[in-house]
Amino acid sequence: MEILIKNGYVYDPINKIDGEKMDIAVKDGKIVESVGSNAKVIDASNMLVMPGGVDIHSHIAGSKVNSGRILRPEDHYKDVEPRTTVTRSGVGYTVPSSYTIGYRYAKLGYTTVIEAASPPLKTRHTHEELNDIPLIDKTCYLVLDNNWIVLDYLSQGEIDKCAAFIAWILKALKGYAIKIVNPGGVELWGWGRNVESLDDQVPPFNITPREIVRGLCKINKILNLPHTIHLHTNNLGKPGNYRTTIETMDAVKDLADGKPNIHVTHVQFCGYGGDTWITLRSGAPEIAKYVNNHPHVTIDLGQVVFGEATTMTGDGPFQFILQSLTGNKWKNADVEAEGSAGIVPYKFKRKNFVNAIQWTIGLELALLIKDPWRVFLTTDHPNAGPFTEYPRVIAWLMSTKAREKTMERINKRAKKRSVLPSVDREYTFYEIAIITRAATAKALNLTNKGHLGVGADADIAIYNINPMEVNPSKEYKKVRKALRRAAYTIKGGEIIVKDGEIVKSFVGETFWVKPTMPEELEKEILREVAEKFKEYYTVSLENYIIGEHELARSRSITVNTSL
Amino acid sequence: MKTISNVVCPFCGSLCDDIEVDVENGQVTKVRRGCAISIAKFTKYGEERIYKPRIDGKEASLEEAIDKAVEILANAKYPILYGWSCTSTEAINVGIEIAELIGGVMDNTASVCHGPTIIGEQDAGISTCTLGQVKHRADLIIYWGCNPAHAHPRHMARYSAASKGKFVKGRNERKVIVVDVRKTRTAKAADIFIQVEPNSDYELLTALRWAVKNGELEQPKIAGIPAEKIEEIADMLISCRFGALFFGLGLTMSAGKARNIEAAVSLVRELNNYTKFVMMPMRGHFNVTGANEVMAWITGYPFAVDFSRGYPFYNPGDTTVVDILTRGDCDAALIVASDPVSGFPTEAVRNLAKIPVITIDPHETPTTMISKVVIPTALVGIEAEGSAYRMDAVPLRLKKLVDPPPNILSDEEVLKMILKKLKERVG
Ligand code: SF4
Ligand SMILES: [Zn+2]
Repeated sequence: MEILIKNGYVYDPINKIDGEKMDIAVKDGKIVESVGSNAKVIDASNMLVMPGGVDIHSHIAGSKVNSGRILRPEDHYKDVEPRTTVTRSGVGYTVPSSYTIGYRYAKLGYTTVIEAASPPLKTRHTHEELNDIPLIDKTCYLVLDNNWIVLDYLSQGEIDKCAAFIAWILKALKGYAIKIVNPGGVELWGWGRNVESLDDQVPPFNITPREIVRGLCKINKILNLPHTIHLHTNNLGKPGNYRTTIETMDAVKDLADGKPNIHVTHVQFCGYGGDTWITLRSGAPEIAKYVNNHPHVTIDLGQVVFGEATTMTGDGPFQFILQSLTGNKWKNADVEAEGSAGIVPYKFKRKNFVNAIQWTIGLELALLIKDPWRVFLTTDHPNAGPFTEYPRVIAWLMSTKAREKTMERINKRAKKRSVLPSVDREYTFYEIAIITRAATAKALNLTNKGHLGVGADADIAIYNINPMEVNPSKEYKKVRKALRRAAYTIKGGEIIVKDGEIVKSFVGETFWVKPTMPEELEKEILREVAEKFKEYYTVSLENYIIGEHELARSRSITVNTSL
Repeated sequence: MKTISNVVCPFCGSLCDDIEVDVENGQVTKVRRGCAISIAKFTKYGEERIYKPRIDGKEASLEEAIDKAVEILANAKYPILYGWSCTSTEAINVGIEIAELIGGVMDNTASVCHGPTIIGEQDAGISTCTLGQVKHRADLIIYWGCNPAHAHPRHMARYSAASKGKFVKGRNERKVIVVDVRKTRTAKAADIFIQVEPNSDYELLTALRWAVKNGELEQPKIAGIPAEKIEEIADMLISCRFGALFFGLGLTMSAGKARNIEAAVSLVRELNNYTKFVMMPMRGHFNVTGANEVMAWITGYPFAVDFSRGYPFYNPGDTTVVDILTRGDCDAALIVASDPVSGFPTEAVRNLAKIPVITIDPHETPTTMISKVVIPTALVGIEAEGSAYRMDAVPLRLKKLVDPPPNILSDEEVLKMILKKLKERVG
């Protein structure tokens, strides 16, 4: 199929195209120079054209997400999606059903989404759900920092063997990157405990969170993985934790070689100043200052949007604290030799002091960090709010007026404590394109995504708004409305959304990395792992491995390691 | 002869995955490491088999049986689709799409066993874990209203009381408490047996929680147990390093039902202020957990999903199949890998017998006897592969060990054929 998108205003930051009026040609799923006269023409004049969105951190599939769905029938009752001739039925709201997730992302103009935390032992479940998320391309990060085999190797200083094990597990379980969640702390949660600093000991492994993070950062480099380590800090959700966040970033500074080597995720949740919930203030200015001065760091926001949320993380002890604070229902799910997840429903309220501070932190980070290529838009869906609210966040970023409107309605004490009222930066469409697709694709090293150059995947979003006429600062509501429902979303060269409705559905790809490894080394590692497996797991090594045929549409990406 | 190792046993929610079988001439001839249930089922799966599809009791071709099933389902106004706990996750997934397409009710056997557990969890949450966590860390284990020695024979040795873990090395390093109305085989092997009065589990759980929180109890006796005994147990619970509460239908189905689970959740939650504590239902059918999981990811709800409005609607007690049948509201039924005629209340069975029933099952059962259409299928985990979820929601892949009998397809394949034809008809 050939498509010609005519006369749109194109924002394609990777190719340095900033609102140029131009045509985009599509053939066989790719962007091409030109198409024949029979191509389907989409008249995009007066419209905004961007690459399809790339979400670097969202909870869309697997045991944790599904536990959230089961835990929260009340989340679904009022938000239903009837079956149509094209689409399956489903439900929302903060934890939507699988099909609904795919459709809603597509309607926003997003075409690639990463599940942010898959415990290895349950990754088969993650893939079974990913298979049932239509339209978008997807993959998952594997949680590896509290994994006993990793901890064994790291504590013995066996970096190369650990690297080989991680190469093997990414391949065996079809994952994309190394996820770190409260390193060391989650292992201690096995005993109902936690760590408090980067230098606490984690018995019986005789290792510290700092050593785990540094070890995995080195391994990431040895393996030459497409993404950096993707890290959820220690002390998440605790007043004063911005210090831990900066300390963690600083812990790998010396390992960097000019490029980013650590991604710290949902920094809103680890950007708290003060010492208690009463003295709480934003730590965003300090973090932003650090990030501005240190090119080895990227972050995403975890921006709070007020309203219903479902907190779900691989940080069991954090979720335990949250259930004590809220009294809300709580699910805890430990995974043998690997970690622990928790889920607590939550409602972010404007008038609540803590929630209002949290809201300011995310926006301060986005506005105070100067380089948009290193700060990405997320709500840590559904932790700080559902991904469907991204257009609201974009409006806040593009308009001081939108921010002021909300600030009028938030807790007064929180407003007084924030620097936000004095920040007058407003994002441009170009910068929005960076933080929602170009920079995330780059951070994931997905070279065919996040841009519209010849050869790129034809994943394209077209929004019904004229960027040359609209003034986002004043008319932020118009922008917000247009971004909620794409005029067209094109995925792999097929029109999947028209006028905000799904017009076609199919299964997207699941991509994963296949790190190269000398055969001898792989054999040796497998021999050792097989021994450990008998001791550590209640399943056999053979049954832990996920066959490629278990993925609906598998695409492996070979990575040349220095193993 | 060939030997196949690391076989996942598809006969109870423990899904032991270390079974070794010998296969000779297309038959399983020997089973190693399986429990008595496993060995019996693996070697006798050929008994009571159905080899030919039937319509109205008469042999029919697969094509005819499928056409008849499609006709019944396409014409039904409010069909029920029930069973699912003894088949693969993939087959259940197809079943959900059929239910959605024809506006039926999709329900699984959880609705008549651990349904109250799920409802209790939806009200209060749950602190749980995978079985390996218990194996490595639990120095105190409670079995409440369940009898693994009988129903999950390898559970205690592989995963719980007698398993060997990293931190806790075996049975003598664990305290085992059994709470039940009678002295079961599991109770006989316990360190402490608490014989609770029938239907008093809620009182006992509440008293335990009180004792954990406040120390002393006011009443001399609760649920037939002296206060001192309850206080002693409470002290044990607080002072363990890692506690695990396994529970079965004895708790879920005794008076109070979902409220019992909420009381247990509250107790465990309270205990987590002092130590680490988890709980887990002992799921029976090998993939009942998978049925709940896949229904939840496709529809948002783990069982009792009504598609008659065009979208998933969930209201247990109303959209649960037993209730629908008892009211006599449905006009056709698709039963997959289940035998409701043997298990359902009389009134529900009477109404089931009045409507056209399509049954997909490898074996002859009382339900196949009353069915208008019977389609025999392969046994997943023996004659077909597929995914299944252990009781702790660890997903495993069931293997195909031997070929099914001639012309016998898997549940998944048969359901896909039905779906395809239904789509052509209903659009
Ligand atoms: S305990 Fe259950 S899963 Fe394990 S061998 Fe026996 S029947 Fe099979
Ligand atoms: Zn997250």
